[in-house]
Amino acid sequence: MIRFDAVSKKYPDGTVAVDELSLTAPSGQITVLVGPSGCGKTTSLRMVNRMIEPTSGTITIDDRDVTSVPATELRRGIGYVIQHAGLFPHRTVADNVATVPLLTGMSRREARARAVELLERVGLPAAFAKRYPAQLSGGQQQRVGVARALAADPPVMLMDEPFSAVDPVVRDQLQREFLRLQEELQKTILFVTHDIDEAIRLGDRIAVMAVGGRLAQLAAPAELLAMPADPFVADFVGRDRGYRALGFVSAEVAADPEPSVRLGSTVRAARGVADGDWVLVVDDAGAPQGWLDLARRDRDDDVVTPSMLNLGGTLAPAGGTLRQTLDSALSSPSGRGVVVDDEGRVVGSVRAAQVLEHVSEAMRPPTEAVAPPGGPA
Amino acid sequence: MISATGSAPWDLFGYFADHRAEVLRLLWYHVWLSVLPVVLGLALSVPLGYLSRRYRWVYPPVVSVTGLLYTIPSLALFLLLPTLLGTRILDPVNVVIALTVYTVALLVRVVADGLAAVPEDVTAAATAMGLTRFQRLRKVELPLAVPVIAAGLRVATVANVSLVAIAGTIGIPELGQLFVTGFQLSVNGPYYPPIVLGIVLCVALALVLDALIVLGTRLSTPWRQVEAAR
Amino acid sequence: MTGNVFVWLNDPLNWTGTRFQAGIIDQIGAHLWYTVIALVISGVIGFPLGLFIGHTGRATWLVSVANGLRALPTIGLLILLYVMISPLISGRGDAVYLVPTEIVLVLLALPAILANTYAGVRNVEPAVRDAARGMGMTDRQVLWQVELPNAMPLVFSGVRSAALQVIATATIAAYVGLEGLGRFVYDGLASRDFAQMAGGAVLVAALALVVDLVLALVQRYSVSRGVTGRFSRRAVHSDSREATITELEAAEELSSP
Repeated sequence: MIRFDAVSKKYPDGTVAVDELSLTAPSGQITVLVGPSGCGKTTSLRMVNRMIEPTSGTITIDDRDVTSVPATELRRGIGYVIQHAGLFPHRTVADNVATVPLLTGMSRREARARAVELLERVGLPAAFAKRYPAQLSGGQQQRVGVARALAADPPVMLMDEPFSAVDPVVRDQLQREFLRLQEELQKTILFVTHDIDEAIRLGDRIAVMAVGGRLAQLAAPAELLAMPADPFVADFVGRDRGYRALGFVSAEVAADPEPSVRLGSTVRAARGVADGDWVLVVDDAGAPQGWLDLARRDRDDDVVTPSMLNLGGTLAPAGGTLRQTLDSALSSPSGRGVVVDDEGRVVGSVRAAQVLEHVSEAMRPPTEAVAPPGGPA
Repeated sequence: MISATGSAPWDLFGYFADHRAEVLRLLWYHVWLSVLPVVLGLALSVPLGYLSRRYRWVYPPVVSVTGLLYTIPSLALFLLLPTLLGTRILDPVNVVIALTVYTVALLVRVVADGLAAVPEDVTAAATAMGLTRFQRLRKVELPLAVPVIAAGLRVATVANVSLVAIAGTIGIPELGQLFVTGFQLSVNGPYYPPIVLGIVLCVALALVLDALIVLGTRLSTPWRQVEAAR
Repeated sequence: MTGNVFVWLNDPLNWTGTRFQAGIIDQIGAHLWYTVIALVISGVIGFPLGLFIGHTGRATWLVSVANGLRALPTIGLLILLYVMISPLISGRGDAVYLVPTEIVLVLLALPAILANTYAGVRNVEPAVRDAARGMGMTDRQVLWQVELPNAMPLVFSGVRSAALQVIATATIAAYVGLEGLGRFVYDGLASRDFAQMAGGAVLVAALALVVDLVLALVQRYSVSRGVTGRFSRRAVHSDSREATITELEAAEELSSP
C-alpha cells in the first residue's frame, strides 16, 4: 500500500507542483493518477521513489516511510516504467531486463534465465534476448521496459505514461496484456496518464488531479463517471459518460434462440430457417461467421460462402457488460446482436430494445464500488 | 630583418612599426591562403555532399576516400603534392590545393549529414508543392542545412589559419615566416617580437573569420533568432 | 623525383641508420613515443574531466576554453615555447626539444579529448539516464555502467582526432630540432635531398594512416553494437572528422543562452 500524507512540492520560484496531496493506493490494485499537463501527477509519482524530494508531508509504502532507507535501496525494490522505456542501448535485451537482479547480487546466469522467463511473460519471443534495443519496435521496447521493472519481483510498480508513446493499435494491445498480467501478479501499481479513457480502462481507483497539484476526486471508475465531484472533473471526464458507464454493469439479458445455417448450405436452406431477411451463418463448430442478406440472393441453389457474408456486428460475451451487449445489437445488420459463450459458439441473440429495458433498472447510481466483470469493454 | 627595438614579447608593437609593410604583406598572403581553400572546398563539397545523399552508393566510397586524405598530415601533403602536380615546392598553389583537399574531406561529410538532418516532412511538402529537385535543394534543403554546414565551415577555417602557418617552415610567404624569423634570430637568446606578433595576428585572423561566418549564418537564417527568442 | 623516393625508401641503410643519422626505424619509434606521451597526458587530464563535466554539468566553461585553444597556431606556439624554455634546459639531449613540444602537443590533443568525452556523456538520452537512476543505480554506477559505454563512439572519435593532430604536429616539431619522422623532411629540405624529404613525408602519411586504422579497429571491437547501430555491414563508421565538429557543437551549445 502506498500512502501520501499531505505531501507538497513547492519550488523556490513559487510554483506549486503538488498541493497537500493525501491519498492511499491500496495493495494489489492499480491506482491511476490522471489530469491535464501541470497537475503534478508525474511529480507525485516521482516522489514515491525519491527521484524528487517533497517539500513537506510523508510518503509511506506498507507503513514504512520512504525516507527511512537510502534512495538507491528503495528504488531497487520498486519497479519503474517510463515513457520511451529508457532501455540501455549498449546492452542486450536480456541484460537490460537483468539489471536490477544483478545490482542486488543475483548471479549472472540466474539473472539471465529470469530475464528470458520474463520476456515470455510480457509476450516477447525468447529469441529477442540477444537483440539490442535499437533493433526493436516502440511497442516491443515498452514490453521490455515492463519486463525489466518486474525482474526483481517488486511488490510496488510506478508507471509514468508507459503506453503513451506508441500508436493506438499497439497501445490497445499493451493495455489488454497489462491487465492480464496484473490479474496474475497482483502488484500495487501507481500509474500516471493524461488519457482519461486509459485511466477508466485500467484503474481500480482513479485520482483526478487539477492544475496546481490539487486532488480533485478519488473514486472507482464507475463512480467517477456517474458522480463527478466538480465541474473540472466533469469536464475532464468528458462526454459519453452514460455510454461509458454501461461498461461497468453486467448485462443480465436473456438471449433468444437464433436460427442459423452452416457455411456450405444452400441459400434455399437458409430461406427455410430465416426470420426476416437476414440469416446468421456459422461454421462447423458453431462460431458465427457473418450474416447473409437473403434479399440480395437470386439463386436458391447457390452455396453459402464466406465472401457472400456481411461481417458487421460485434459479438457480445454471455454475461458481458451492458455496453458490449448493446453494441452488438446496435451494430448488427439484422438488429439482433449475437451472444457467444466462452468458446465462441452462438448462444442466442438480443435486440436493442431488450437491452434498453434493462438499462434503467440496472443503472442505479452506485452507492458502492461496482467490480467490472473481466474489465470494461 | 634585425630591428632596433628590443627582444622582449611586448616589443612586438615596435617590431610591427618597423616592418609594417612586410608584415601586412605576409598577413594578406595568409588571408588568401586561408580563405581561398575554404571557398573552393565549399564549392566542391556541396555538390559532392548532395550526390552522396541522392545516390546512396556514392556515400561510403566518398567518405572513405576523403577520410583517408584527412588523415594525412598537412606537411606531408604540402611536400608530396608538388610531385603529383608538377609544381615547385615553393609554389603557394600546393598549399591552396592541400588545404582545399582537407576542407573538402571535412565538409563533404558535414554537407551530407546536414542535408540528411532536414526533416523528411519538409522535403516531402516541398516536392508535393511542385518544386523541382534543384529548386528544392536551393530553396529548402540548403537553407535549412546552413547551421550544420556553418559549424563545419568554422572548424575548417580556423584550422586552415593554423595549417597555413606551417607552410612557413618550408619557405612559403605568410605569417608563418614571422615564426621562422623569430626562431632564426633567437640564437643568443629569445627574440620574441615576431613570434608573439605572429601568434597575435593568427589568432586575431582566426577570430575575425570565425565571427564573419557566424554573422553570415545569422543573416542567412533569420528564423533561428525568432526560435531562440521564444 | 618519384623514382628517387622509392630508391631512398628501399635502401636498408636508411632503415637501420648510420653513425651520423638515425634510421627510419628509430625515427618511427621516436615519433610514436612522443605521440603516446602526449596522448596519455591529455587523456589522463581530458578524459576524467570530460566525464565529470558531462555527468554533473558543472564547470562547462572548461570545455569552451579548451575549444578556444584551437585558434592558436601550432607552429607559432612550438617556436615560442622552444625559444622560452631552451635557455632553461640545456645539455640534456632531447629534453630541450621534447618539453616545449609535448606542452604544445598536449594543448592540441586536450580539446579533442575533453570536448568529445563531454559531448559523448551529454548525448546519452535523458530517458536512459532517468531509468538508470530510477532502478536504483548509484550515481557512480550510472556514470560507469550507463553513461560511459554510450559515450564511447564519441570518445573514440576524440582520441582518433587527437592522435592525428599529435602525429602531424610532432612532424613539424622537427623544425625546432626534435627527432622523429619530421627529421627526414627538414633535413632533406635543408640539404636539398628531395628523395629524403619526400620519403619522410610518405612515411609520416603512412604512419598516420596505420595508427588511425589501428584505433578504428580497437573502436570497432570495443564499442557495443547496440550503440553504434552496426547491425548491417553497410553502415558507415564514424571517424575523426566527427570529433572536430562535435567539439565545435559542444562549444556552441555551451555559449548560447
